Amino acid sequence: MTVDLEKVNSIIEKYRDDREAFIALLQDISAEYRYLPEEVIRYVSEEIEVPVSRLFSLATFYTSFRLEPRGEHEVQVCMGTACHVRGAPRMLDKVTQKLNIKPGETTEDKRFTVETVNCVGACALGPLLVYDGKYYGKLTQWKIEKLLEGSNDEDDQSS
Amino acid sequence: MVSITINGREIKTDQEDITLLQLARSEGIGIPTLCFHKALLPYGACRLCVVEVTGGQNTKIVNSCAYPVREDGISVQTNTPKLKQIRKNILEFLLARCPEIDMVKKMASGLGVKEKRLPEKSLPEDQTEECILCGLCVRVCGEVIGKEAISFVHRGAEREVAAPFYSQSKDCVGCTACHFVCPTGAIKVKESGNKRFISPWNTEITLVTCEMCGISFAPENSGEYLQAKLGLPAEWLKLCPQCRRKVAAETMGKYDFTSRNVILKK
Ligand code: FES
Ligand code: FES
Repeated sequence: MTVDLEKVNSIIEKYRDDREAFIALLQDISAEYRYLPEEVIRYVSEEIEVPVSRLFSLATFYTSFRLEPRGEHEVQVCMGTACHVRGAPRMLDKVTQKLNIKPGETTEDKRFTVETVNCVGACALGPLLVYDGKYYGKLTQWKIEKLLEGSNDEDDQSS
Repeated sequence: MVSITINGREIKTDQEDITLLQLARSEGIGIPTLCFHKALLPYGACRLCVVEVTGGQNTKIVNSCAYPVREDGISVQTNTPKLKQIRKNILEFLLARCPEIDMVKKMASGLGVKEKRLPEKSLPEDQTEECILCGLCVRVCGEVIGKEAISFVHRGAEREVAAPFYSQSKDCVGCTACHFVCPTGAIKVKESGNKRFISPWNTEITLVTCEMCGISFAPENSGEYLQAKLGLPAEWLKLCPQCRRKVAAETMGKYDFTSRNVILKK
């Protein structure tokens, strides 16, 4: 997959004077492409004259950086303590069964990426999942079913 | 001038920035270490070099490899029961991580670890963990070779050392310094024909051949870089170590060592 390096140039330009802001730079790239493409990382490393190994180290350290392309929709199931005791494992099972993938994977049709996260700070709403950045609390299997089938009517949304 | 006592012995130093470890060792007092190397900056990762430092009323446990000797009058103990216990615990963890590594086994039994209390790291059948994450390879590559071809990747239990994207690192100069400093032998170098393979980094390097005997020995593309960086002699790129030795021996042969004054024979 070839990526458009034009966009990267403007991001690099933004951090010209701040040579240490690698994380911010990677975050911007990640926001642009929704993952960190290998070619982009290699290109950036040449441009800012920083060894690739350093960028790769950062990119693998933080879970918010991904090196694989994401699906169209991101489903993050909270596995934090509060959600866990309120039944998060069953919710995760439901999601993974429904989409037929394991956490961390993307469906073959590239529509969904499923991940687990640890507490998103809305414990009172647990069990909970985050769907494309939106929080869906007090989950039930039925709500998950509806959500993933695309009929997420407004009533179901908490937060 | 700072004067301290180590294990009751009084030791003076006027070397600035000398660390407790260096001072102790220079006095012949042994302190075990794993992540320390004299060519590299202190790293403080393995914690094996812990010592007890007492100044006034307080005793604290510090890692001697990164502790500069600055306060006058402190007293240092290097082998109290508490320290022994700490070292033992560390080795137990290392042993659980790398049960197959001789050097770890030896060190563990040397420090009195008798039985395995911790469950071993679980890995697929055909794999063994050989890396203790001391970071020596990463640091020698960056600090001495000036390349940073490899780095720590991932974190927590998945932390490991790797080349970027687990593929041939374009920054690797094939010097094998990482292999040289590795205390466990986790980094393997194989040579066949004019190729050198450094296995955990998936790196393949082409070598130059010796002008005298035709053996392949030094990395091809980065020879000049290494020669300048490490201040190696010019023949380094032309002759393999054996031939260099031969040439040196021949040159030496021209000297008359029987006389105290070295005279060049014609
Ligand atoms: S545990 Fe799920 S939001 Fe806190
Ligand atoms: S040698 Fe001091 S912490 Fe490893």
